[in-house]
Amino acid sequence: MKASKLLMATALTAATVTGATRAAAEGDLTLCWAAWDPANALVELSKGFETETNTNMSFEFVPWPNFADRMLNELNSNGTLCDLLIGDSQWIGGAAENGNYVKLNDFFDQEGISMDDFIPATVTGYAEWPKGTPNYWALPAYADVVGWTYRRDWFERAELMAEFKETYGYDLGVPADLGQLKDIAAFFQGREIDGKTVYGAALYTERGSEGITMGVTNALYNFGFEYGNPENPYGELEGYVNSAGAVAGLEFYKDLYDAGAAPGSSNWYMGENIDAYKSGQVALQMNFAFIWPGVNADPNVGGDRTGYFANPPGPAGQFAQLGGQGISVVANTDNMEAAMAYIKWFAQAEVQAQWTEMGGASAMRSVVEAEGFADKEPYNQAFLDSMAIVKDFWAEPSYASLLLPMQSRVHNYVIAGQGTAQEALDGLVADWVEVFEDEGLR
Amino acid sequence: MSGNPIDRVAQATPPAIAKKVRGLSDRAIAWLFVGPSIVLLLAVNIFPLIWTINLSFTNFKANRLRDVEYIGTRNYERILTDADTWNSMQATAHFLFWTIFFQVLIGFTLAYLINKKFKGNDMWTTIIVLPMMLSPAVVGNFWTFLYQPQIGLFNYVIEFFSGVDSSSFSMIGDVNLAPWSIVIVDTWMWTPFVMLICLAGLRSIPDSIYEAAECDRASKWRQFWTLTIPMALPFLMLAVLFRGIENFKMFDLVVQLTGGGPGSLTTLTSIDLKREAFEKWRTGYASAYAVILFVTVFGLASIYVKALNKVKER
Repeated sequence: MKASKLLMATALTAATVTGATRAAAEGDLTLCWAAWDPANALVELSKGFETETNTNMSFEFVPWPNFADRMLNELNSNGTLCDLLIGDSQWIGGAAENGNYVKLNDFFDQEGISMDDFIPATVTGYAEWPKGTPNYWALPAYADVVGWTYRRDWFERAELMAEFKETYGYDLGVPADLGQLKDIAAFFQGREIDGKTVYGAALYTERGSEGITMGVTNALYNFGFEYGNPENPYGELEGYVNSAGAVAGLEFYKDLYDAGAAPGSSNWYMGENIDAYKSGQVALQMNFAFIWPGVNADPNVGGDRTGYFANPPGPAGQFAQLGGQGISVVANTDNMEAAMAYIKWFAQAEVQAQWTEMGGASAMRSVVEAEGFADKEPYNQAFLDSMAIVKDFWAEPSYASLLLPMQSRVHNYVIAGQGTAQEALDGLVADWVEVFEDEGLR
Repeated sequence: MSGNPIDRVAQATPPAIAKKVRGLSDRAIAWLFVGPSIVLLLAVNIFPLIWTINLSFTNFKANRLRDVEYIGTRNYERILTDADTWNSMQATAHFLFWTIFFQVLIGFTLAYLINKKFKGNDMWTTIIVLPMMLSPAVVGNFWTFLYQPQIGLFNYVIEFFSGVDSSSFSMIGDVNLAPWSIVIVDTWMWTPFVMLICLAGLRSIPDSIYEAAECDRASKWRQFWTLTIPMALPFLMLAVLFRGIENFKMFDLVVQLTGGGPGSLTTLTSIDLKREAFEKWRTGYASAYAVILFVTVFGLASIYVKALNKVKER
């Protein structure tokens, strides 16, 4: 008798607690993103949504090195952690085909949200799947691109300017092409400035996730690398991925690394590059544009001491690696209505303007094309220049299977110095062909 | 209440339960106790193993909703003919051999010294075992700073002793040094573990044996080779077994330290397997890979344990 009473009491308590938790959860909305400065700005921005709709928002921010692993596992396991996810642009193919994201076309039509209001490259990069078709799985949320910062204060020193001119025959300044970028990096390599040894450039070289791929593509694109024949992208890789231009691009990146990268920078990505630049170790820094507000505000290198420029052109044109993300509604959400309400709220022009003001990077044209935007911050013009030349990596469902061999092949050649650029890219073609065959695309 | 604990438990057992238990044979009671453990073992070890073997013959991808096809031994053929797999096997073999070699050598030497009675003996033991109390991920992370050419303490120490410019070499970026960089860190972290096992072995040797050897006028050198080493050998072999198994599945420390680079020079099999399974999501392929590794480790460990038992029987 005692035992049965105890069981009943336990069951009642459990039911009450579970019910209470459930009731609380129904009113909540969880947004998942990477743990970085813009995420903090989004928390502040979202307070407006909470006030307007009386919705409690919670946030799940994962550090960048674990972000892809954590979130892709969450999606693949049909987890219920996230109602909204600001996911990387390359995930969109997999998330769309596996039914992890909600298709937003009908919702956009119903609410009058037009993709024409956003920078075209961000719509293609962050929202569309299949690419180039009007099928939208996200709203462009954070516009980002790889660009460069440089130590303007060093570049403007008379003695360095004179020495550079004498050595290379042209003025030290923002490089007009990738060749000049390499000259500048080599010029600063191992140089003594203010009693401290400094180096040329902080490049993306990271091996474990996507780092070196996000870096090397800025050279490959500009030398003629293509992901495949645009008419037959999965069927014809030979001669595009490993074209003579692509080989020259890969050789250029290795030369740049050998001639101008800081010692010990064999596994550097966003964080390491920021640290190297802010601590005055390097003259040039390759990094995503999201870091620029932080650099500008930095007491050591900020303000007039730093300049910004888009990835310089190469022999085959001027391109830059796209970063950034779109915001998607997770198909498995229990709070579909609130999640959609958030998308609608976030798509408003005034919210987008506020987003940029608070430290975000809106992809809405009314914000970035507004009069005075280009001059408002010292890096805005470089941001606009960069966003106009973006290209992105594969966004196929098999994106990770395509990324990992590229990381391996490129790192083996550029950092470990094994084999030739031609061998690395030939190997990459073989790897990618195998992936597409496995996927039944060839 | 009186009597021994067994009687007290018997008296406290409710009559209804006592009646049921009274009717059970010893064998049934034994099964009653062992049963839950066996069920748990089947559920969390044996079933996943069989399931993994089953998946290894398919093209299953855990993140894709599509029909699964049985593809025979194709996954095994691809793995065994893939140069990258053999490279990671080679990297693992290099890591295993040298970490075990240095850990046993240094660990035994430290244990031998610590075993001598001297002032501050306990304090030194505590200081020496500190590294193994840290998280491997943390160790990997802070050694990346120690290895930094510009600011790293390690490079400065090398410069101090050798005169080689600290910024002229990069332990984790150089193809010749990177495989050694992970050996050094693992040795730094886990030598204390080997030392503790060896210390247990050395302290288990009775003093009377040495006293008898002294009476027989055996030299210290002869005592070391004919008494200390043979009697501590089972412990040494146990340490090798533990470290071998641990290092075969080494992941976190190396990922934090080198990310598997430069190139793929420090991509150990565990890192390679994780990338196949949870980044590329080639579940069938990764299952075959896991089966190959399991058979390798199980086979080697079985041979080793037999050898260990023979040494113990001597």
